[in-house]
Amino acid sequence: MATFKEFRNKIKPNWCPGCGDFSVQAAIQRAAANTGLEPDDLAVVSGIGCSGRISGYINANGLHGIHGRSLPIAQGLKMANRELTVIAAGGDGDGLAIGTGHTVHAIRRNMNITYIIMDNQIYGLTKGQTSPRSAFGFKTKSTPEGSKEAALPPLELALSSGATFVAQSFSSNLKEMTNIIEEGIKHDGFSFINVFSPCVTFNKINTYDWFKENIVSVEDIENYDSSDRIMAMSKLMENNGMLTGVIYQDKTRTSYENHVPGFKEEALNKQELKLSEEEFNELVAEFR
Amino acid sequence: MISQLSWKIGGQQGEGLESTDRIFSTALNRLGYYLYGYRHFSSRIKGGHTNNKIRISKKPIRSISDDLDILVAFDQETIDLNAHELCDGGVIVADAKFSPKVPEGIKARLFAVPFTGIAEELGTSLMKNMVATGASAALLDLPIDIIKEVIKEEFGRKGTAIVDKNIEAVSRGAEFIKDETGGPLPELQIEPADGQRRLFMIGNDAIGLGALVAGCRFMPAYPITPASEVMEYLIKRLPKYNGTVIQTEDEIAAITMAIGANYGGVRSLTASAGPGLSLMMEGIGLAGMTETPVVIVDTQRGGPSTGLPTKQEQSDLNAVIYGTHGEIPKIVLAPSTIEECFYDTVEAFNLAEIYQCPVIVVTDLQLSLGKQTAENLDFENIEINRGKIVSEIDPREDGKLFKRYEITEDGISPRAIPGTKNGIYHVTGVEHDEEGRPSEAADNRQKMMDKRLRKMENIQVTNPILVDAPHETPDLLIVGMGSTGGTIDEARSRLDKDGISSNHVTVRLMHPFPTEEIKPYIEKAKKVVVVENNATGQLASLIKLNVGYAEKIANHLKYDGNPFLPSDIHETCKELK
Ligand SMILES: Cc1ncc(C[n+]2csc(CCOP(=O)(O)OP(=O)(O)O)c2C)c(N)n1
Ligand code: SF4
Ligand SMILES: [Mg+2]
Repeated sequence: MATFKEFRNKIKPNWCPGCGDFSVQAAIQRAAANTGLEPDDLAVVSGIGCSGRISGYINANGLHGIHGRSLPIAQGLKMANRELTVIAAGGDGDGLAIGTGHTVHAIRRNMNITYIIMDNQIYGLTKGQTSPRSAFGFKTKSTPEGSKEAALPPLELALSSGATFVAQSFSSNLKEMTNIIEEGIKHDGFSFINVFSPCVTFNKINTYDWFKENIVSVEDIENYDSSDRIMAMSKLMENNGMLTGVIYQDKTRTSYENHVPGFKEEALNKQELKLSEEEFNELVAEFR
Repeated sequence: MISQLSWKIGGQQGEGLESTDRIFSTALNRLGYYLYGYRHFSSRIKGGHTNNKIRISKKPIRSISDDLDILVAFDQETIDLNAHELCDGGVIVADAKFSPKVPEGIKARLFAVPFTGIAEELGTSLMKNMVATGASAALLDLPIDIIKEVIKEEFGRKGTAIVDKNIEAVSRGAEFIKDETGGPLPELQIEPADGQRRLFMIGNDAIGLGALVAGCRFMPAYPITPASEVMEYLIKRLPKYNGTVIQTEDEIAAITMAIGANYGGVRSLTASAGPGLSLMMEGIGLAGMTETPVVIVDTQRGGPSTGLPTKQEQSDLNAVIYGTHGEIPKIVLAPSTIEECFYDTVEAFNLAEIYQCPVIVVTDLQLSLGKQTAENLDFENIEINRGKIVSEIDPREDGKLFKRYEITEDGISPRAIPGTKNGIYHVTGVEHDEEGRPSEAADNRQKMMDKRLRKMENIQVTNPILVDAPHETPDLLIVGMGSTGGTIDEARSRLDKDGISSNHVTVRLMHPFPTEEIKPYIEKAKKVVVVENNATGQLASLIKLNVGYAEKIANHLKYDGNPFLPSDIHETCKELK
């Protein structure tokens, strides 16, 4: 069984010192080891952004695609090889601006994939513009007078889109994040995980300290029941979306792959491609 | 007796024209006739004039005809819009219910048949299309048993009562016509065919079948006219072969999902038309940059924007060839017949994996949707070549990755499928080194660009052009692509009679352009006419760019939404000669 060190490669990330994304990298490596994976069995598919570089920083199959499209690529890969553990990851702009459509549809499709949004509430890679996660009034290069748009609530969006696993964590809490990613990997369905991952260079408002002050763990909520969707939604709303932990999990619905007619347990990429002459003749005969 | 004729049925969309057309043409196919269909439809589902035209022939045909022998009309609008196509002595068979009139100046015989009346007597006006089917069959003096057999297949699962009612409607329609005409009309009697049951399908069926046979097991796609039939074909058949179709949220998801699946080692394609193709461009670039095989079908329709969504055009050529930012290796194939739709799709999958790049199969609406007779498809001709996939990889020293982008002489690198032992490498749309790691080094950049583009230098494609060149130095060389081939040939036989000699080249490999193959034919022709369904002469421009000879190349363009008629091409060529 591989240790978390075997999921490390020798590449030095080009993230700024102190960037929240380092912890996400570590948490994925630990969660992969804890779930008993080998590097060959894991694929990390990421988008474009500072966060998007993460697939290059983990010793596993890695694909760094195009902005906002990590999820459809990850889903195609999963259909090709359901034996692979597939993690998709990217920024808040990647998954909640340019890729929102894919996020919502990946959620309702519910393939067995773990998706991690590295939410720094800003565009890091393009050097500090507003993101759909930026608060109303938030000043950035592209919103010098403050953002005039409301922030998008990712967990409420996920819940209302029919997510079967919704969780949130924070880069300072490596233990909780590792745990959640592990749970996400084990969940048979689409796992939506938002991680507060501060951008120390461009976001001077939503800092480590700011998150620390504002987040509330579901563990501190009395009688919190993560199988209760209505409770999850109301507690999220009560706490302005700042809850951490596994917020909702539906263990009754199995993943998409299990519902596809004719779809086998064995990876599709291992199956015979060539048709027999008989099968071919039968297909052609339909047109006579 | 005549050897071929054309039949058209028209009315409002949603009136059951499709099933009349299907039953009538299936019966003709069983009798051994060659058929060539053309659907005129609008993007409305109910209402709006629509018609289906079928050309019926004893000998192979690959074009619609200039004129019409029989027009079956469900409303006066059908007559008003289409009667001008009728040849002298043509026949209109119309529903008596709307008191049909023959427009002034049209020399056609009218038979008013109570389509609706008879259907209502049998219980439902919905069956008026079956009365029309019977009337059509009787005009051609077809054996009614064949029609009955097809009806049994079509309605069998709805129960015998329904089958019997429909057969009754057909018989009553036939009897009515026989009483009216007092026996078969000699000018509509087509020579009997050989009774051989040939394939009868649309191009999109052939593409779907080709994909399945090529080993494609996954299709993500978003519905659009005229591409949806490819996905509809595959969703019905893939489950048996453990595969599936996903209707994605958009075409960006479709192309990127297909890329993900191909990266994962499963042959996967997507299909769309212009608007979807535009959305896919960034994804196609990713496939080119990451050297991931993927097959994209573009069924061209009238553009730009939503354009003429249900009409014929060939205006995406520039988009499929040039439409991605940056410079990538890419192959574009343009089948021109149903058989080629099948074989080219199979070949597209092989090319995509051999050259590890996107392959676009570009058709047009008439080829994708026109139902036609096709020659038998040959199992022996099907080969699956997956290119340089490696499955055994030696362990490497710590920290080194599999050289997925190894610089090689032919530019093609070994490819490991994720999950292969010791097969870890990185994939990125960012410029990268041999292991796939991002790299901005100038020297690496140049090497990698050269490596990727080198793959296109020696590509081996069967028949980059199709040639019919009986003349050494013809008066005319006619060049076309896609569905226009048969129409060009029909025009050429008329040019022959005028004493104008012509050769014909169909471009099948659009990119990389088969310059050396086409050049000798251009050189030897006195004049070149490029026939294409677009407004700017995109194929002609490609030829001028790659081959030269701009001074002797002329365009014959049509972009009114309709396919070329043989007479269009015949007349223009006569003038241009
Ligand atoms: C189609 C496209 N549009 C724009 C860009 C430029 N771009 C790169 S990353 C990015 C946003 C990054 O923000 P986010 O997704 O939050 O990631 P972060 O850098 O904050 O981790 C943008 C706009 C691009 N690469 N592709
Ligand atoms: S700019 Fe911000 S998000 Fe990007 S690496 Fe630096 S700290 Fe991280
Ligand atoms: Mg961000």
